[in-house]
Amino acid sequence: MDAIARRRLLLLAPLGVVAAGGAAFWAMLDRMQSGRFDPHDIGNPMLGKPMPSFNLPAVAPSQGFSSQDVRAAAARKPVLLNFFASWCVPCAAEAESLAALAGQGVQLWGIAYKDKPEKTRAFLDQYGNPYARIAADSTGSTFIDFGLYGVPENFIIDATGHIAWHLAGPVSEPMIPKIVSLQS
Amino acid sequence: MIPELGHFALAMACALAFAQAVIGLWGGHRRDMRLMSAAPGLAVGQLVALGAAALCLVLAAANDDFSVVNIAENSAIAKPLLYKISGTWGNHEGSILLWGLILGICGGLVAGFGRNLPSSLRARVLGVLGGTSAGFLLFCLLTSNPFLRAFPAPPDGQGMNPLLQDPGLAFHPPVLYMGYVGFAVPFAFAVAALLEGRIDAAWGRWVRPWALVSWCFLTCGIAMGSWWAYYELGWGGYWFWDPVENASLMPWLTGTALVHSAIVVEKRESLKIWTVLLAIGTFSLSLSGTFLVRSGILNSVHAFAQDPARGVFILGLLGLVIGGSLLLFALRAPLLKSGGVFAPVSREGGLVLNNILLCSICSVVIVGTMYPPFADLLAGQKISVGAPFFNATVLPLAIPLFVAMAMGPLLPWKRGRLGPVLAHAWWAALAACIVAGVCSIGMRVLPALAFGAAAWIILGSFAEVVERTLLFRAPVANSVRRARGLPVAVLGAAIAHAGMGVTVAGIAGMSLSSNRIVEAHAGDRFSVGGYEWTLLSIDSEKGPNYDARVAAIEVTQHGAPVAIMRPSRRDFASQKQTTSDVAIRTNLMRDLYAVLGEERDGSAVLRLHVNPLAPWIWLGGVIMAAGGALSLADRRLRVGAPSRIRNAVPA
Repeated sequence: MDAIARRRLLLLAPLGVVAAGGAAFWAMLDRMQSGRFDPHDIGNPMLGKPMPSFNLPAVAPSQGFSSQDVRAAAARKPVLLNFFASWCVPCAAEAESLAALAGQGVQLWGIAYKDKPEKTRAFLDQYGNPYARIAADSTGSTFIDFGLYGVPENFIIDATGHIAWHLAGPVSEPMIPKIVSLQS
Repeated sequence: MIPELGHFALAMACALAFAQAVIGLWGGHRRDMRLMSAAPGLAVGQLVALGAAALCLVLAAANDDFSVVNIAENSAIAKPLLYKISGTWGNHEGSILLWGLILGICGGLVAGFGRNLPSSLRARVLGVLGGTSAGFLLFCLLTSNPFLRAFPAPPDGQGMNPLLQDPGLAFHPPVLYMGYVGFAVPFAFAVAALLEGRIDAAWGRWVRPWALVSWCFLTCGIAMGSWWAYYELGWGGYWFWDPVENASLMPWLTGTALVHSAIVVEKRESLKIWTVLLAIGTFSLSLSGTFLVRSGILNSVHAFAQDPARGVFILGLLGLVIGGSLLLFALRAPLLKSGGVFAPVSREGGLVLNNILLCSICSVVIVGTMYPPFADLLAGQKISVGAPFFNATVLPLAIPLFVAMAMGPLLPWKRGRLGPVLAHAWWAALAACIVAGVCSIGMRVLPALAFGAAAWIILGSFAEVVERTLLFRAPVANSVRRARGLPVAVLGAAIAHAGMGVTVAGIAGMSLSSNRIVEAHAGDRFSVGGYEWTLLSIDSEKGPNYDARVAAIEVTQHGAPVAIMRPSRRDFASQKQTTSDVAIRTNLMRDLYAVLGEERDGSAVLRLHVNPLAPWIWLGGVIMAAGGALSLADRRLRVGAPSRIRNAVPA
């Protein structure tokens, strides 16, 4: 390689660095929109581990459930477990996307975190009830076992009862295809 | 009606910017005199249109026109007028408009002051500026329109983030953006020079004032931001290595390198390719900072409306501007002829060392800032990089920079020796050793060394002035006469360097600060940093759009009263947000700093700090900027670029 060619190669280097950086940023933005990448996500220590066990009372009129029930249901088809609360604004914002997920046959179970049953019912009356079953975590102990840091957070429990996927924050519309694909 | 006029003016500015880009670049390419002489008029037209758009937004905000979404979301009737006006650029949409306006001002200034530039260079510079402007204005119109209407209009707005209701912050964004956007001009000059295929000493002389003005504004902007964090956030710190702060630091570092390397181009026609790369890189870093902050990729305490969809648009724009200019760089830079040769120990060599160190620090900051998202993307790891990393990596690079910055100006051009330099600066070195020695008696090693470094920088900066005026060696009258004949740029450089020393002293002093968090009842007394602090009372007060609890704290030293301090907590009902209003008493040698925290059962949490030399941190920034501004007044630079000779009217 002669001197001129080496020089040209050297002067191409800045473009190469910027192009690589740009490609990475594009990948980040693309994945952020579809929910596969969240730089603000602080992660969940339970991801990939067996679901913690719990047994929670019902929010009438639906039935309550325990971790056994979730495992049994997940053996047939993965369960999307959604922690929510009536006092939580992003939970109201994700209601529409959750309804769409339920409409596409996703098994969606809800856990109402630190909420009064009548408030939860009023919330569901207002924004619709996409949940197959709803349990009340009034003490917040299940919330702690799952390693949450806020509501809403979403988990997918696979056929073996492990936490296969986690999303800290509301489900948004562009994420729906991804979540549906995880369910099949 | 007014918002529609503003919207129209914005669209018109966008169209004019497109025309400016096409006509400027095409005219420069074809050397068509008629096209080339149309570019300045278009730049001025774009500036007028943008000024009208900004004025419309300010008027709509001042008149509480809540049918405009942007104003309804960020303003309220109860907000003071100053913040209604400053609030127009305190949010995403408005700040993009401000960004465009400042870019328009840059174009207008090039059109106005650039009459003695070669016409093809001027047309190309304006074309590049127009193209950049067109992209940003399109972004503003399509994804972040500040004039968007809502129906029905709400009766009152949602109000502004109370943290931003602060006179310092009202003027922080314009100053900072002047710095960021100002670097568009050196960038445009670099791209135009690549298109022309020619860089000479004159190019260096044209670029340097623009780079210097932007650098002064950026320096002030960063100092203001740091000061705001110090007194408004109430965390007792001045720099948090937050991504948004780093985003402003990175172009400052490369911009500082650019200001220095342009001297070499101007004086010696050397380092041309490198200077062009720095000019492109500095503006690219300014742009990327905006992108990273607004796309939501980085975690920051500064919450801008974060929206990945907007991020994609900005990323595309960045790809075009940065990628395009670097492609041009790769194609055309090898054709640039390199100029004068120089020995490693010489003024040029000193400036190269400055560039290497500044760019190394910048790379370290980039790595630290970008590591978390990249680690997450590539390895799926959640990592946060904080102050310990930056302190451990920046410090070893800063120390040689501090040592060299006092010596560089003493070196002769082309070839020099270190011996004579040390012979000229021995008294500064001696003073630095004495300062460090005296300090090391009463404090830890690192602050003592930092004080020594500060003394070395401040005194050493003036070594060249002392040398040139023969101060203390010739009769005073002779020295005064020599000082009059001294180029202003030499004095400006000395002052700017000394400003850095002042900042270093402030940072060293701040590292010796003492603080205590106490739970206090009225009448309780505490001892912090050699002062006695007594909580006298806590009372309620009512402000224009908040309710406050105000504590009265009496500070005494050895029984003598020093100050009564009144830190408060403000509760902004309409935003459901509480801010703490820090009380600061300064005598320029130390700050007393008190924060009122939560109250419970008649007792309150108080945070009390004594920060030695804290004001010097920002004072140093102001001195640096003042030095830069002074050196702008130098005749050699004035002759170079902003001349007002009107004899060469292009046909």
